[in-house]
Amino acid sequence: MFDKDLRTMIDDVKDGRMNRRAFVQRMIAVGLTAPMANQILAIGGVAMAQSPNPYKPTKRGGGGPLKLLWWQGATLLNPHFATGTKDQDGSRIFYEPLASWDADGHLNPILAAEIPSIQNGGLSADAKSVTWKLKPGVKWHDGKPVTADDLVFNWEYATDPATAAVSSGTYADMTVEKVNDLTIRITFKQPTPFWANAFVGAYGCIIPKHLFAEYKGGKSREAPNNLKPVGTGPYKFVEFKPGDLIRGEINPDYHMANRPHFDTIEMKGGGDAVSAARAVIQTGEYDFAWNIQVEDEVLLRLEKGGKGKTLYAVGGDIEFIALNFTDPNTEVDGERSSMKTKHPILSDARVRKALALLVDRESVKKVIYGRAGRTTSNYLNGPEEFVSKNTKWEFSIEKASALLDEAGWKIGGDGIREKDGKKLKLLYQTSINGPRQKTQAIVKQACQKAGIDVELKSVVASVFFSSDVANPDTYAKFYADIEMFQIPMTQPDPALHMRRYHSREVATKDNKWQGRNFPRWVNKDFDAAVDAADTETDPIKRADLYVKSNDLMWQDTVVIPVMHRAAVEACTNSLRPALSGWANQTDNLQDWYREA
Amino acid sequence: MSQYVLRRLMIAIPSLLGISLVLFIVLALAPGDPFGELATNPNVPPEVQAALRAKFGLDDPIYLRYLHWLAAMAQGDWGFSFVSRMNVDTLILQRLPTTLYVIGSAQLLALAIAIPVGVYAATRPYSIFDQIANTFAFIGFSLPTFFTGILFILIFSVKLDWLPFVYSTDIKATGIPWVLEMIRQAIMPVMVLGLFQAASMTRFVRSAMLDVIRLDYVTTARAKGLGQAKVIVKHVMRNAMIPVVTLIALQMPAVFGGAIVTEQIFRIPGIGSLLISSILANDTPVVMAVTFVFACLVVLFNLIADVLYGWLDPRISFR
Repeated sequence: MFDKDLRTMIDDVKDGRMNRRAFVQRMIAVGLTAPMANQILAIGGVAMAQSPNPYKPTKRGGGGPLKLLWWQGATLLNPHFATGTKDQDGSRIFYEPLASWDADGHLNPILAAEIPSIQNGGLSADAKSVTWKLKPGVKWHDGKPVTADDLVFNWEYATDPATAAVSSGTYADMTVEKVNDLTIRITFKQPTPFWANAFVGAYGCIIPKHLFAEYKGGKSREAPNNLKPVGTGPYKFVEFKPGDLIRGEINPDYHMANRPHFDTIEMKGGGDAVSAARAVIQTGEYDFAWNIQVEDEVLLRLEKGGKGKTLYAVGGDIEFIALNFTDPNTEVDGERSSMKTKHPILSDARVRKALALLVDRESVKKVIYGRAGRTTSNYLNGPEEFVSKNTKWEFSIEKASALLDEAGWKIGGDGIREKDGKKLKLLYQTSINGPRQKTQAIVKQACQKAGIDVELKSVVASVFFSSDVANPDTYAKFYADIEMFQIPMTQPDPALHMRRYHSREVATKDNKWQGRNFPRWVNKDFDAAVDAADTETDPIKRADLYVKSNDLMWQDTVVIPVMHRAAVEACTNSLRPALSGWANQTDNLQDWYREA
Repeated sequence: MSQYVLRRLMIAIPSLLGISLVLFIVLALAPGDPFGELATNPNVPPEVQAALRAKFGLDDPIYLRYLHWLAAMAQGDWGFSFVSRMNVDTLILQRLPTTLYVIGSAQLLALAIAIPVGVYAATRPYSIFDQIANTFAFIGFSLPTFFTGILFILIFSVKLDWLPFVYSTDIKATGIPWVLEMIRQAIMPVMVLGLFQAASMTRFVRSAMLDVIRLDYVTTARAKGLGQAKVIVKHVMRNAMIPVVTLIALQMPAVFGGAIVTEQIFRIPGIGSLLISSILANDTPVVMAVTFVFACLVVLFNLIADVLYGWLDPRISFR
């Protein structure tokens, strides 16, 4: 065919005028296979593994207002200070990173001209440096050009301890230098196979040097632009009332063709999840509501009205029960759950396995999470290449009872098992949250049938998740036998997600319980696998290492996965948001549009 | 009288100091951490959280933190929100107009209903009107606002689709349409709050009136040949209003403080919702400032009530 046509089509894909899927479909139409079509693109200079969001509008603007409802309103608009996702979402309307994550966990260039790869020379073979190229001609909302100096400044700003930026961890252990006006080079201290953290995603949003340079370090809080963002995003700042409202208007000079679709944007905060779902799905007062943690039954009822629907974005968030490997009831040197102790009941692998058999994941899904959950046997649930296929789970009271019998726990007179005069009694704690209390009840019931006496405890979330050293009820202190909560996976890479179970991460009194390994599980093979993965540059070997570490956790029953949770969003029927389970909801805001 | 006011103001200082101390200690002892949200985020190393705590002085001993706060407050510095990283006074001032508008209208509505209904019911005790007023009053204050609020939403927004249930602070209109829209969106919250307040106030006005209406001087006034209207308004009401003024004066701080539940339901960005979100986020400077302003207002309005007594009943003298 059509050598010339093909070439223009490849260029169209490169410039984002045509999406990759459309290209592949056309190639299939003329008899090529999909992998072949992808190859053509790769040879044509389009890096592999990007899946742009579908985008139909053919001109900028004209979409009217976009009304978003965040039931926790953003409280500040500087991405480097964003404590929670609500703040990141608010900042993201105005600020942009070099690249964001798409629905499949692949990088999607925003301010970057292209995604660095070995082929285009952006990545070094030793995984110690990354070269990013900025898209030329991008301007801040005040008309000044975006340059490499801005990128270098963001790194300096975040890493200055006096700034007290939340993003400091994202930019730690690296140096950023300017190569030319549009190019920077990041040099890592260690080989870093997961290089796409700095300048990418929510914490990677870039603030302008010319407005923040004077407010680096101790004076960071005085910057007037903390509340009046001047970014590069699809919408320009109009108004901000912390916790209540963010307003923006279309950026007529936006750097992507035909984007954005909407003329104004409004993000309203406050209220609760149920009424937010109602305002979108039932009355249509708003277009989109964030994080609808509402029971599926309620959502199904609201959806009958027909004005809106729920959307699910699958990432790697995992709700699980962790088992304590140390004794929460013995105090050693002023510390319970000390590493010097062993859990009297749970140190027996058979008891741990029996507990895993007693968590009826199917019922939990059916009764509580509905469409927002998937049952799983793995702790690590994505992206696809990191998910283990070697594990399995089942719910069986008989098998659990058999295992407990084998471990020497015999049914006593009151139906509770006992061994050497000690009752099989466990304390099960979690945070106060409707679905969690229901899960607790389901697990307790099954345990009772197997002869385990489970005492339930629920702690207010603000205490449970706090780092208050004086409080005994935090998840990190883990002064209970088992505990349940959710760990979000904030990026499509398992490094941070898995590293927390490394033996050097054990939470103890010495590190003020800031260590992240709260089950206090120690396994040399796991340590070795995670350490090796940290510097392994071959993607296939690296994925194998994470699969292995997940399997080790499964074999030892360190945690019992309860539910692989999806983010739930409410959206009117005509809106086409671009969502990803690997990113915040507004991370691909430029691609949102309304179907005519 | 000016001496009396001055003396009362002087007395207020130690009581406000005491209140602030108690508030501060309770908040400091309360569990939680403004940066707790960072704890489960694997992207943020624990050192970041520790550095933030140190930066905002959360690791200092309580007495030091209290003295810092007090010194700043004395200079008119209300503090700095951990969560929004902006000055607390800006945050509060931003929310004040909405609160005053919505809660103030609700109070006015409550008074506009309670005083005439209460007075009229007291002049004809146990009449049909009194019975009906009583029944509605009992229903009114037995139904909590979170219930009536959701009921109103279901009826007027979801079923009938007449009124919006998300309160918006930026209405895209000017002039008359803007005024109309402001009224339209305030109808439901004002009704919910106003009717709730009106119910208990009606009962209160009625019983205060009944206490006075039986007194001898009222009979004397009637015997002098004064008309019913004059007796009720000039002789009975003026005296009956003393306890009512106390009640209203003590409710005035609530007008500034907002109504937490109603504000949550209708997403009204008032002081009440600021307070609750700050409590949930453990943003102590904001909680401290809002509650302290609240305390000041209670003290101030008590004083105003005392001064008003003297005007309503000249026999009460200031010493």
